[in-house]
Amino acid sequence: MPSQITVRIDGVLCTATEGQTIFEVAEANGKVIPSLCHMEGVSPAGSCRLCLVEVAGVDRLLPACTTPAQRGMAVTTTSDRLVRHRRLALELMFVERNHVCAVCVSNGHCELQALAMSLGVTYVRYPYNSPRLPVDVSHPRFVLDHNRCILCSRCVRVCDEIEGAHVWDIGGRGIGSRVVAELDQPWGDSQACTSCGKCVQVCPTGALVEKGYGVEEMTRSNSAVARLAMKKGAAS
Amino acid sequence: MTKARLATTWLDGCSGCHMSLLDIDEALVAVAPLIDLVYGPLVDAQEFPQDVDVAIVEGAVSNQDDLEKIRLIRRNSHILVALGDCAVTGNVPAMRNPIAVKTILERVYVEGADTGKGIPTEVVPALLKQALPLHDVVKVDLHLPGCPPSARLILFVIKELLEGRVPDLKSSARFG
Ligand code: SF4
Ligand code: SF4
Ligand code: FES
Repeated sequence: MPSQITVRIDGVLCTATEGQTIFEVAEANGKVIPSLCHMEGVSPAGSCRLCLVEVAGVDRLLPACTTPAQRGMAVTTTSDRLVRHRRLALELMFVERNHVCAVCVSNGHCELQALAMSLGVTYVRYPYNSPRLPVDVSHPRFVLDHNRCILCSRCVRVCDEIEGAHVWDIGGRGIGSRVVAELDQPWGDSQACTSCGKCVQVCPTGALVEKGYGVEEMTRSNSAVARLAMKKGAAS
Repeated sequence: MTKARLATTWLDGCSGCHMSLLDIDEALVAVAPLIDLVYGPLVDAQEFPQDVDVAIVEGAVSNQDDLEKIRLIRRNSHILVALGDCAVTGNVPAMRNPIAVKTILERVYVEGADTGKGIPTEVVPALLKQALPLHDVVKVDLHLPGCPPSARLILFVIKELLEGRVPDLKSSARFG
């Protein structure tokens, strides 16, 4: 059995099970660390950098969602420095692609937009990249709009780890990275896709949506997929 | 007490933010004695005046005319507020940014026209390469995002500025 350890989070002593991430320990102790790529029940990706925390004795900031809690660790989950970095990460997501909240199906139900609001991002300091990106409407029920994708890879992980279909991957490199269906083909041509819609339910932004929804109309049930993930975890 | 000189205008916007401003309704009456509205769609002034205390600007900077206007507004104003998403992010006017200006103009004025095909060279100001948020062109003192920002939020901002405070918009203003 994994042993119990204690760590300090924002000065408070917390008990944790060895192997738990800082994020999990914080959450279990009622601390909210901002996150975008993290999703309960699937493996962590550490891609968004919103969950960065300070660990005493470590110079660089560490992502809470991928860093295991260790005996005696002292973690700080909020500080001016962390807020600065989190804002920066968000701003870079906004400039990378085309986010036009006013005409987005996810307006008002978007995790990226909500985080910007809670972290006080009222404008973006950097010039917008304004890339020309495709929208894949080839699937009979769903749409993938690359303009809104932040490459969190939640879709990749739920499809692989929960549905077991592994339709999605992230192809390309750096700024050219894109979510791709199978070997980069139109989603509608995918043989593996079961049309279960789990990827659509967990996408934090307006990138994966159901057809037929207008501006502001796309709401999701992330928690339903998380529940499935928990069941699957318990069964295996 | 001297009144604060307030100016409002829009560049490449839909006037929705100004609608929201008017939606402040009766609360405007309480603010009115504190301000002197020196420029805007509701007053007669033709030229943007000198020595404006607060200028509230809606819309993105999309063409040559917008560019000249915003530079003048900046020169003549102490505090410049970017009102709404078009002024803050570029928003809908900036959806053309991934496409070359020439392609857009040809699509609209040549392919899309039934009569009088041809890209206009007079009267209509030349488009900039991209539609830009105000702060890409001039220094902006306060950003109030929203499409449009709510009347309540606009009133809050005006009141705070009149009291000489910088309004804290954290957790209250959002894009969209
Ligand atoms: S995905 Fe979110 S942040 Fe991006 S445009 Fe849509 S509502 Fe705005
Ligand atoms: S499509 Fe959605 S879930 Fe998938 S990587 Fe992009 S933002 Fe994340
Ligand atoms: S939640 Fe940890 S890096 Fe995204």
